[in-house]
Amino acid sequence: MAEMIDLSLFVQHREDGAVFVELAVDGITGPDAIHEIEGGLERIDGVLDARLNYTNHRVKVAWKADQLDPAIFLTTLKDLGYRAYPHIVRSEEEAEARKEKWLLRCLGIAGFASMNIMLLSISVWAGNASEMSIETRDMFHWISALIALPTIGYAGQPFFRSAFAALRERRLNMDVPIVVAIILAMVMSVYETLNHAQNAYFDSGVMLLFFLLCGRTLEQAMRRKTRAVAGNLAALKSETAYRLDENGQAVLVPVGALQPNDKILVRSGERVPVDGLVVQGTSQIDESMVTGETLPRNIETGATVYAGSSNYGGAITVQATAIGEDTLLDEIERLLEKASSSKSRYIQLADRVGSAYAPVIHTTALITLCIWLMLGASFHDAILTAVAVLIITCPCALALAVPVVQVVASGNMFRAGLLLNAGDAIERLAKVDTVVFDKTGTLTLPELQVANRNDIPADLLEIAARLAISSHHPLSAAVATEAKECQPYDQVEEIAGEGVRAIVNGQEARLGSYGFCGFSEADTHALLKDESISIVAIAYGAQRALLAIHQALRPDAVATLQALRKFGIHDIRIMSGDRPEAVRSIADKLGVADWHGSMKPADKIRAIEELQTKGASVLMVGDGLNDAPALAAASVSLSPISASNLAQVHADAVFLGDRLMPVFQALATARKARSLMRQNLGFALLYNLVAVPLAFLGHVTPLVAALAMSGSSLVVTLNGLRVRRQVGVGTKAQEAGTVKETLINGPLESSV
Amino acid sequence: MNVLVYLLPMALFIGLGALGAFLWSLKSGQYDDLEGAAVRILNDDDLPPEERPHKQDQSQDK
Repeated sequence: MAEMIDLSLFVQHREDGAVFVELAVDGITGPDAIHEIEGGLERIDGVLDARLNYTNHRVKVAWKADQLDPAIFLTTLKDLGYRAYPHIVRSEEEAEARKEKWLLRCLGIAGFASMNIMLLSISVWAGNASEMSIETRDMFHWISALIALPTIGYAGQPFFRSAFAALRERRLNMDVPIVVAIILAMVMSVYETLNHAQNAYFDSGVMLLFFLLCGRTLEQAMRRKTRAVAGNLAALKSETAYRLDENGQAVLVPVGALQPNDKILVRSGERVPVDGLVVQGTSQIDESMVTGETLPRNIETGATVYAGSSNYGGAITVQATAIGEDTLLDEIERLLEKASSSKSRYIQLADRVGSAYAPVIHTTALITLCIWLMLGASFHDAILTAVAVLIITCPCALALAVPVVQVVASGNMFRAGLLLNAGDAIERLAKVDTVVFDKTGTLTLPELQVANRNDIPADLLEIAARLAISSHHPLSAAVATEAKECQPYDQVEEIAGEGVRAIVNGQEARLGSYGFCGFSEADTHALLKDESISIVAIAYGAQRALLAIHQALRPDAVATLQALRKFGIHDIRIMSGDRPEAVRSIADKLGVADWHGSMKPADKIRAIEELQTKGASVLMVGDGLNDAPALAAASVSLSPISASNLAQVHADAVFLGDRLMPVFQALATARKARSLMRQNLGFALLYNLVAVPLAFLGHVTPLVAALAMSGSSLVVTLNGLRVRRQVGVGTKAQEAGTVKETLINGPLESSV
Repeated sequence: MNVLVYLLPMALFIGLGALGAFLWSLKSGQYDDLEGAAVRILNDDDLPPEERPHKQDQSQDK
């Protein structure tokens, strides 16, 4: 690519006066890449340093301001065999990273504090058994307090905030009993220390906090990782556009740099980068990404075009409009707002348990207090026992159980090529009993393919494919994928609206419309019976043939639907925006009886909500802009990575690669995860059945509390790890391959 | 019991030192690229070429 991209929008400033860009890099397959990339970039004159983050596949390159054009980095990396694209740190990703660091800081502090307090506590327990002066014990307790109180104050914040947020909304979550227990443990310990008592619960409180923070941090780390991968994919998918400056000169810029009212040149075969009005030119555009409709639409000056549609015909100039100015997006935004609010009504399992659990243990503590008072114990002893009940029933195992299962399950999904957007998606996936698929780009591959390749002589197909490489027409891209030798012919002539031709081995070869290759309209009727087919013709000397181009089903679509049925999900539907005839052929192939075509976004929502009011839990799988509201309305939703941005944002998870199987794997993993969550909750209940009577009788010393809490936490964690042993083990290697391949090839191909 | 006068502060200072080291490493971004740190030690570009192992062995397992 000889043209240089204008990267000025992505340049950031460093404290030392240098400037840097962050690039997402694609094609990293091994550790060798670190040296190759960093070395290659640092050899450029003026570059100060380059540092590759091997986890995120991002490289930061710094150079002295004004000394070079950053576009050279992209070409240097391209020469090394890596595709790079400037990466804008999206605010949500930055927020996740900041939160992870904060939690790690809290975890470190809680870890330090619990170790040191335990050191003192063990001395006290040993001292209580032998002889230890009251003064020494008090001193140990006071030092413990000195460490514990600031630690709770700082490292407890993640829980305080969440608990207060829940209380402000007048509901209970898991963090409320946690916070109550921790604070009470501290208050009681200080009071006991003042009274020179034998026992204080500083160690219990801080250790509790440490275990809980482990769970929180793991959860957060997983969330951040999937965000980072998603960010890279988005960056690498980002395309460039030709912006026309005041002089009408076309400058290549990243799509992210486009502003409203910019004029953009969209050449034949390119994707429209933004929503806008056509200000010049006439063409045909393919809006299958936007509406699901597979037949191209004719457009002329004044027409509205949407980001994501492909330009079939001649070059057009588009004036970018601000989002929300045009009707389709307006409509979709409005529907989205309504649909999203319905989803937020889902309450996570942990919170549901938490809100049921909190009143129970608080009542138990109150009953303990009353009974002890009635039995004639002193107020001090009664309070002490009640607080011990609260501490021992603090849902430590509960708060750890669900995140651990979630983290391991989402790690499994990650390996299967699924990136989760929402943490509670696993629980919602487990409940699914109805699956609704969009057709275009979801059940079918986003790229077109040659349907009748087996009927065409191989040598003729090869010539067609190599000719197609030189053409900009979207249909040619499908033909070009058939090429075994990816070398274009010399001196290929493109005739606008007709096709391409070149001299191959002394004979003329033509690829293009049927008329261009000497066919009559009657010849095409046989193929056009199937309405989803478009035709390209090839002529080479006396040989000629018609190529039928169509959208192929994903290779494992049939197998996936079978797997879903075997799994017990029988209600599978297809809702498409495409023509009913086109939907029918796909539905027949898949054996789906319940299908609908020509559905508008609002129709899809209505259909889904109707299902949901009947009590169904609907999984929506879709990719188009028109699917976004339906994705938001469904109980849970998935999108392929090739989906429009809006659809991806509103999907709970995104799957990579050409295979549809991740949809099934998502459901299977989620079910397994849910059963483990329930087991863990059951164990936590069992633990309480044993621990509560002990605490009730006043036998819970800090030593017992420490053993009980760490023991139960360990058990639920180990049980949670069992999700790893998993459905579909045989395909593990293959799954790992999918992620890698897609990271390397997928986004690249979709931008060609 | 006098031994406690210096043992306790020592234990606490060692702990605090470790905590400080952890917070510093967190702040300086050492946890940002855990996988990279693991593979960077395998880089042999600091060795003169004749001491490096044969390249084919590595490139095979991709």
